[in-house]
Amino acid sequence: MAETLTTTEVVERLRALPAGSAVAFKLGGAEYADNYLQALAAVLRDFASEVKGYAIYVSVTNPSTLVNSLLSSLDIPPERVFFVDAISHIMMSNSSRLPNASYVESPTMLENIMLRVEYFLKKTDAPRKIVILDSVNSFAIHNDTSILAEFFHILVNNLKSRGITTVILAVAEDTSPELDNILSLVCDDTLRLGSPPAGPGGRP
Amino acid sequence: MSASAHPLTSVERCATGIEGLDNILDGGIPRGNTVLVSGSCGTGKTTLSLEFLVRGAMAGERSLFLSVTEASPKILQNLSTFEFFDPKVMADHHLTFLDVPVLYEKLGLQREELSSEDIDLLVASIVKLASELKVQRLVLDSITSVCYRVRQDEKIRDLILKLGKGLSDIDCTSILVSEIGPQENRYSLYGVEEAIADGVLLLGNVQRRGDLLRTLKVIKMRGTTHSRAQYVLDLTPLGILLAPYLKGGRSWEGT
Repeated sequence: MAETLTTTEVVERLRALPAGSAVAFKLGGAEYADNYLQALAAVLRDFASEVKGYAIYVSVTNPSTLVNSLLSSLDIPPERVFFVDAISHIMMSNSSRLPNASYVESPTMLENIMLRVEYFLKKTDAPRKIVILDSVNSFAIHNDTSILAEFFHILVNNLKSRGITTVILAVAEDTSPELDNILSLVCDDTLRLGSPPAGPGGRP
Repeated sequence: MSASAHPLTSVERCATGIEGLDNILDGGIPRGNTVLVSGSCGTGKTTLSLEFLVRGAMAGERSLFLSVTEASPKILQNLSTFEFFDPKVMADHHLTFLDVPVLYEKLGLQREELSSEDIDLLVASIVKLASELKVQRLVLDSITSVCYRVRQDEKIRDLILKLGKGLSDIDCTSILVSEIGPQENRYSLYGVEEAIADGVLLLGNVQRRGDLLRTLKVIKMRGTTHSRAQYVLDLTPLGILLAPYLKGGRSWEGT
């Protein structure tokens, strides 16, 4: 079971990780929106603003325009974030396009998602880069677990070998044992944001 | 990126400059080889061939594009989509374009079907031009269009053999673009081109759950060990990028 952390603790844990680490962020479902914003602030505000690194945000949950506006509200410099947006097209919401986004037609086009991440990695020569995958649960809605395991295995290990940090977001209570196995296979650490689910009798 | 002896073998390589492709070719195309780049429309044959030439030209190798079907100005427009393209390579003649119909006219090859003598004349002219321009990389787009005017298998074999040998003799690495229809289980229209070429790269479209993925496979490449896996290809402003095709433990319908 992953321990529950505050934003400050998450930032410290992330900073302490060696380059090329992969981390699963399990967000408590009860206060998901708060936990999600906390995760973005912890990962991106610190990384993009202070470390002067670049982030590649792979969005399979929310359109990049929405995530981009959330980032603005968190004072995260937009010029340091690139989006691989694999959801806007199938949600028919890609009429307004971001200049820092690359659009993949469907979350099932996993190889193309890998290639767009590669494109942005090549596009910037900044020494520090981070890739955020949002989220394993949304990927699982559109893909079989077997192909998803292959995707995460290839992508995350490729990033690790190049010293690039990967953060994989997951909704804690909606993560099946199969998805947990994938996260265990590719991640070096698991951090939990938000309250743990209530146990029998309402106890945490 | 310039030609270099690969550390694992003694075969000198012509690095295509397409990072993913060079990786799966164990360093690049063996220098002087003739490679058939085969695929149906929209699979990326011309883009791959252009990147091969542009990367070479930018590394200082003289490169020549022979266009049979499309006029050069139209092809030149495609170059502007490459972020790495520097127009200087054309100004300093490291990258040259020539329309083959102009060459036909100049050589008086106006007959609908080329004779054996016409083929010899055409091959000799191309090799002479490549030699005079000190060309190290050449693309003929497409060999299929030339073969339309040759028609007979023996003459097509003769054309490719002579062209390949002539270019190899001057250390020129060449790509012959081969057009095939979708879902065809072959690499060329006439079926003889792939037997003569030193290498075959097959570009295609694979359908998986309704998604159409551009793919690349190395069918053969004489003089080198190479991957036999299938890759997914993306055409980006930074050039062609390749990723492994995901199998997911299931067999999917291929087209």
